[in-house]
Amino acid sequence: MDMNTIEAVVPTTDPAQWRAGDAWLAGGTVLFSYGSVSIRRLLDLTTAGWLAISSTPDGVDLAASCTVAELYELPTHAGLPNNWPALELVRQCCEAFVASFKIWNVSTVGGNICTALPAGPMTSFCSALDGVATVMTPAGGQRQVPVADLVVGDASTSLAAGELLRSIHLPAAALRATTAFRRLSLSNLGRSGVLLIGRLGDEGGLVITVTASTKHPVQLRFGAAAVQPLPGAAVVHGHLFPQNPRPDAAALRRALDEAIPGTLYHDDVHGDPLWRRDMTYRLAEEIRIELLQSHLPDAPLADGYLPEGN
Amino acid sequence: MAMDINGTHHGNEPRPGQCLRTFLREEGALGVKKGCDGGDCGACTVHVNGTPIHSCLYPAVRAQGKSITTVEGLADGGTLHPVQEQFLAAQGFQCGFCTAGMLMTAVTFDQKQKENLPRNLKGNLCRCTGYRAIEDAVLGVSTETEQSCGGHVGDSPGAPAGRAVVTGAARYTLDVDPADYPGLLHMKLLRSPHAHAKVLSIDTTAALALPGVRAVFTHHDSPAQLFSTAQHELFTDDPDDTLVLDSIMRYVGQRVAAVVADSVHEAEAGVRALVVNYEERNAVFDPQEALRPGAAAVHGDKDAKASRIGDPVRNIVAELHTELGDVAAGLAGADVLHEEIYTTQRVQHTALETHAAIGTLDAGGRLHVRSSTQTPFLTRRALCRVFGLPEEDVRVVAGRVGGGFGGKQEMLTEDIVALAVLALRRPVQLEYTRTEQLTASTTRHPFTIKIAAGARNDGTLTALAVDVVTNTGAYGNHAPGVMFHGCGESLALYQCPNKKIDARAVYTHTLPSGAFRGYGLSQMFFAVESAMDELAVALGMDPLEFRRRNMVRDGTPMLSASEEPQADVHYGSYGLDECVELVADALARGEQRYAEAGQNDLGPDWAVGTGTALCMIDTVPPRGHFAHSAVELLADGSFEVRVGTAEFGNGTTTVHAQIAATALNSRADFVSVRQSDTDLTEHDTGAFGSTGTVVAGKATLLAAEELAVQITKAAAAMSGTAAADCTLVPDGVDCGGTLLPLTRVFSLAASNKQRLCADGRWGGTPRSVAFNVQGFRVAVNTGTGELRILQSVQAADAGVVVNPRQCRGQIEGGIAQALGAALYEEVLIRPDGSVASDILRQYHIPTFADVPRSEVYFARTHDTVGPLGAKSMSESPFNPVAPALANAIRNATGVRFTSLPLARDVIYLGLKAARESQGVE
Repeated sequence: MDMNTIEAVVPTTDPAQWRAGDAWLAGGTVLFSYGSVSIRRLLDLTTAGWLAISSTPDGVDLAASCTVAELYELPTHAGLPNNWPALELVRQCCEAFVASFKIWNVSTVGGNICTALPAGPMTSFCSALDGVATVMTPAGGQRQVPVADLVVGDASTSLAAGELLRSIHLPAAALRATTAFRRLSLSNLGRSGVLLIGRLGDEGGLVITVTASTKHPVQLRFGAAAVQPLPGAAVVHGHLFPQNPRPDAAALRRALDEAIPGTLYHDDVHGDPLWRRDMTYRLAEEIRIELLQSHLPDAPLADGYLPEGN
Repeated sequence: MAMDINGTHHGNEPRPGQCLRTFLREEGALGVKKGCDGGDCGACTVHVNGTPIHSCLYPAVRAQGKSITTVEGLADGGTLHPVQEQFLAAQGFQCGFCTAGMLMTAVTFDQKQKENLPRNLKGNLCRCTGYRAIEDAVLGVSTETEQSCGGHVGDSPGAPAGRAVVTGAARYTLDVDPADYPGLLHMKLLRSPHAHAKVLSIDTTAALALPGVRAVFTHHDSPAQLFSTAQHELFTDDPDDTLVLDSIMRYVGQRVAAVVADSVHEAEAGVRALVVNYEERNAVFDPQEALRPGAAAVHGDKDAKASRIGDPVRNIVAELHTELGDVAAGLAGADVLHEEIYTTQRVQHTALETHAAIGTLDAGGRLHVRSSTQTPFLTRRALCRVFGLPEEDVRVVAGRVGGGFGGKQEMLTEDIVALAVLALRRPVQLEYTRTEQLTASTTRHPFTIKIAAGARNDGTLTALAVDVVTNTGAYGNHAPGVMFHGCGESLALYQCPNKKIDARAVYTHTLPSGAFRGYGLSQMFFAVESAMDELAVALGMDPLEFRRRNMVRDGTPMLSASEEPQADVHYGSYGLDECVELVADALARGEQRYAEAGQNDLGPDWAVGTGTALCMIDTVPPRGHFAHSAVELLADGSFEVRVGTAEFGNGTTTVHAQIAATALNSRADFVSVRQSDTDLTEHDTGAFGSTGTVVAGKATLLAAEELAVQITKAAAAMSGTAAADCTLVPDGVDCGGTLLPLTRVFSLAASNKQRLCADGRWGGTPRSVAFNVQGFRVAVNTGTGELRILQSVQAADAGVVVNPRQCRGQIEGGIAQALGAALYEEVLIRPDGSVASDILRQYHIPTFADVPRSEVYFARTHDTVGPLGAKSMSESPFNPVAPALANAIRNATGVRFTSLPLARDVIYLGLKAARESQGVE
């Protein structure tokens, strides 16, 4: 929609230029979708010509302005290491957008993360792979923060006023992991109500990242994954279970009990929090079985994966 | 700054925050539509340098130096793009408001994308079709049939507007030439932040000082005449409880003031600059609480008699208490009982075109209003009543309307636009945003239905009693009608000696409810058809068999609230029994198909079941529904039909052409139809109550039949042949073996100063009844609540089906819309009374991915009441869907769901609660 309070569109990526009443403009698919009655200027970062995607042996760097459509094509890039199975998540996460491919032509990875919706698929993707955001500050510096820590609540980030998300680094060690992806929505191809990604790294540790069902990303790290950060990842993030490299169903359930208090489940029209909670446990158990037992049982999931009490 | 639009250089500068959509429309590309303005519906899809994008989300300044293609640029001169041809061949549209976006998306598809349309079309919403026709269009499947007799009744000619729709040339409400509205001003509304408050003061000083702001209208400027936004033939059907601008706010979102400015953005700034001082008052949001003594009275200031409000102090708009036979005795004599409380939620019509009106005064000072309305004639009447104008001083016109579903049987924009036009003597336009549509227009009435029903072991229904509370919100538009109608056919469908109705329509401080497809029946049938299912389960009887034993049969009295059936409702035809068998047989075949394909076992978490529901509807609303049509022979030998009824995707234009062609022994493509203009015909009650075919069509039939007689007589005189030897044939009159061309008939008549033109009028009575039966086979994942529809079947008794392809589309669209209402659509009210679901991402309507292909069957009946044997079929396909689905879930899982919608979380938690309560037992 028209943003009728906008007085100027300024091409810049300099946070020092930011002043109250400004908003960073990437694809614009969120700003122009919700509109605003208070924003005066749009600081257009897409004119900087940032390279959308670069991959090195250390991992993948995504510019904040990388469009979803560009990310979608990443698995087809020539010259990628052939031992990055986690790239399978790229398309699974893009397909998790409720928005169609036409929106992907414009909307950006950074924009989706900074919008900070619990169901933001780029938040799911980058946090599941221990992505580290580089943030440019108005003082002229830069800081690094795990994407899982950048999104701190529904539509809420840890970015200070004027700070600009520059890029996300996905460490190679995470890309080498085997992954499992699970998602549920109230409607077919609708907005995610629950989105879980499991990762089993070559160091032997299981990481389960919960998004969409919780107000912000929640990570559960088991075994080696709970001990030290991946090369290139900033910190060991989330809830740590170093003593338990191969949790059984009960251990996983207890870990979820500990990591996610009931109030952290998101409550909006895209899913009842009680459903989100049970589905989080269910999908986590499916992921555990897939990654640790390498197959799904033919029978229904054994009893006991659901949280106790209501 | 410059961009190329459809191959033409455009040098104008967009504003900094302008989106490409509005810029393209300002540059004349009116085929670019606004459905949501938030990126959800895809109606504004265009190509930027060949890439499809949603132009409402695209900063216009970013398009500089780029090449834009809109729907207007798709055809190569007069040669349509192949996908445009495909949309015509499959009639992949109804109202057509989504079509430009569908086309601009579909033309970019490669083969791989076509193989996954749920994914690739989920960014394009259609509210009319149910997507089957769109799928056919995108995949190049033609549903054109041989026009064996020139598009007569029974053929499926395409909609006359088809070419205009697929080229973006069709003109909807706001697709006007700015030259016709010189000095056009724009209006924005300040809306109440409080559910109940008195406006103490409005300071307009700052707003009026802003550039471009021309006027601010407040309750001080409002006419004193109370009215209802609801439009009915008799305005006394609805309470007079509304003012153009009121000093009392009764829901969050009510108009407080209107700002008129040179542009939309200046009007918006004016709205923000208004300073309003409110005195907040207690509000009541729940209808049960509103009925309690001492509850805040929503219209306690009204005089019950003058405003026709049942009991304003108790928040009751209307009530009904009747009993046939002895329900207590009927229940006592039953072997099985079912008592339950069913609730239905607020649903929004979500027509793709939002409410909008544009008004102007002509040189003679006559008010012209162009509006997105289903009722131009009634709206004129209402404007005249509110503003004290004679009817000849007002003209109301509906262009092509982008979907209605009952939502446009209201005057929601025209009154405030007229106020501004009359005051400022300049053209004024008001266009609702999607958020205004969702938060401040109207919704379906939420119903709470306490039902008690009993049956004997032999399957005989012994008692059927309902206690109904409907929530009409802050205003009583359609409150009495929806309540009475809802309790009508839903109870009359079954033969039962003991029936009881207690019903109240209740005010609350929430956004108003209004007319919605089905008009109360979809809510009531959810309860009644769920109850019938439960009785059958309790008896161990097949639910369809139970219904067969109790449903009305041809000639049996249809009784609900009165001992005597309605005097003017007849079985003009009866196809309910046939519909039941069609659905039963189709479900049996479907089950067999799955079994033969080895797909019956979906895995350990899945439970499979079937469910059905019946419904009935009177083919015309009660107490008069009037139409006038004129049919005229034109100089080129073609016919012009002038009708009052509006076209909003219901296909009545096609039907009128077919009816006239049939009566005139001509061809549908020789008939042009003009419509929905109060200057064109005498009167038309409006395109609601499924009357476009059975009432307006009847008027057209009578006019065309009369014209046929006139032409034959004239030709007889001209040729000197006995009238008995003259026969009307396509192109002319066969006068005893000599063809007198119609062009010649015209010119000879014209030389005698004779116009060959006939009128037809119909008053909507007597009436008949139409039937629909829905069947579903579903699978429910007991571990996640996911619902899969394995089979969807609907059989309809529409009498003679005038246009089978269109009628199938109406049914498919009704099923899809009803699936949204059954599965997830809900206008959610926050604790402060405001609407939480205020954009389409929070109010999910079915996408291509959500809607199964339905099997559609027609009973073979011929109605003695409707035109050429036809019956109505536009509202009713919606009505049996939710109960059939709930019954299928019940059959699959053993759990009865009593509240809509049945989203996956609701199903999962309901099944879990049922398991746990069983465990406790």
